[in-house]
Amino acid sequence: MPALSWREYLDEKMLPHLWCPGCGNGIALGALTRALAELQLPRNKVVVVTGIGCWGKADDYLATSALHGTHGRALAFATGVKAARPELTVIVLMGDGDGATIGGNHLIHAARRNIDLTAVVLNNQNYGMTGGQVSATTPVDAVTSTTRYGNPERDFDLCRLVDAAGANYVARGTVYHVPQLDRLIRDGITKKGFSFIEVISPCPTHFGRRNKLGSAVEMMKALKTRAVNVNSPAAKTGELPAGAFLIGKLADRDDPDFTARYAAVQQKAQAKGGFSS
Amino acid sequence: MTRININPRRCKHCGICIAFCPKEVFGADYRGAPVVERAEKCTACGLCVMRCPDFALEVGEKGK
Ligand SMILES: Cc1ncc(C[n+]2csc(CCOP(=O)(O)OP(=O)(O)O)c2C)c(N)n1
Ligand code: SF4
Ligand code: SF4
Repeated sequence: MPALSWREYLDEKMLPHLWCPGCGNGIALGALTRALAELQLPRNKVVVVTGIGCWGKADDYLATSALHGTHGRALAFATGVKAARPELTVIVLMGDGDGATIGGNHLIHAARRNIDLTAVVLNNQNYGMTGGQVSATTPVDAVTSTTRYGNPERDFDLCRLVDAAGANYVARGTVYHVPQLDRLIRDGITKKGFSFIEVISPCPTHFGRRNKLGSAVEMMKALKTRAVNVNSPAAKTGELPAGAFLIGKLADRDDPDFTARYAAVQQKAQAKGGFSS
Repeated sequence: MTRININPRRCKHCGICIAFCPKEVFGADYRGAPVVERAEKCTACGLCVMRCPDFALEVGEKGK
């Protein structure tokens, strides 16, 4: 069979997509399709699970299998898919509202369970689809439609949260640093256990406009200046300038995943005559 | 010379390809849409294809 090109993981007849001019979602979607193409995963063996939101529409543009769930619950649906059909590659696409605000509890427990899913959380620092409301990743003092005089709350560092909860793989990338983002997603997919990739991405329409961050091009430039590679000398000294954030692989371990642990429990139960499937 | 295709039905004039092409291959028309002005400088690095949020660019791929 000839190799699939990355474009063959896209459902091109659905294009143009609904995202705004300069929205980073399309760039992240491209990175995902290139990661899938590099791994040459059969499209029907990949299940992309989404919640609700602008990023949550991504499955509409993919030629893989898909399960479009409800807002905040994509990880719960994905956990069910993986538990029932461990042989499938399950990729979960969530916005920061979806994955870390309404769905934050599912996130920490999926990481604790170390279930073999790959979660790609697109962090655009607000609820894009519903008009730019505050989310759990909106920085303190930032203006949103529900924090018009500035956000009194601090934002989550999602990578540290998921790392502390026990995920095997944690990485952060941006839609400016695309070749790296492709690799981070690819490595997350091949990694057994829970993989978490945070993608920092502009929402020029809401977050950018309200915080006077300029055009999509300006917001992309800001990603370039603010991101610090985790392997750089600056990152090693730990002295990062204000507004800077780390990109790259932030945690990488090989603890047994949920499927392996559950199989061991099943064996034990069978040996005691207490299990029939 | 590398073939560069811009799909006008997909392009939303965000300007990202124009701003970040390392070889400044693109100029802009009056609406901000990219125009290939210096095709001979293109090294087919593919960065514009990867950063275009709208899948509107093809560089050196077999034509459709
Ligand atoms: C249970 C429930 N609550 C609220 C909503 C309304 N709603 C739809 S999308 C969304 C937030 C989307 O924000 P995010 O997840 O960050 O994704 P983005 O649109 O920014 O990509 C909300 C609150 C809903 N659909 N379902
Ligand atoms: S509202 Fe924001 S996140 Fe949604 S498509 Fe527009 S730019 Fe993207
Ligand atoms: S990056 Fe894509 S959508 Fe943006 S101006 Fe260039 S071709 Fe058009």
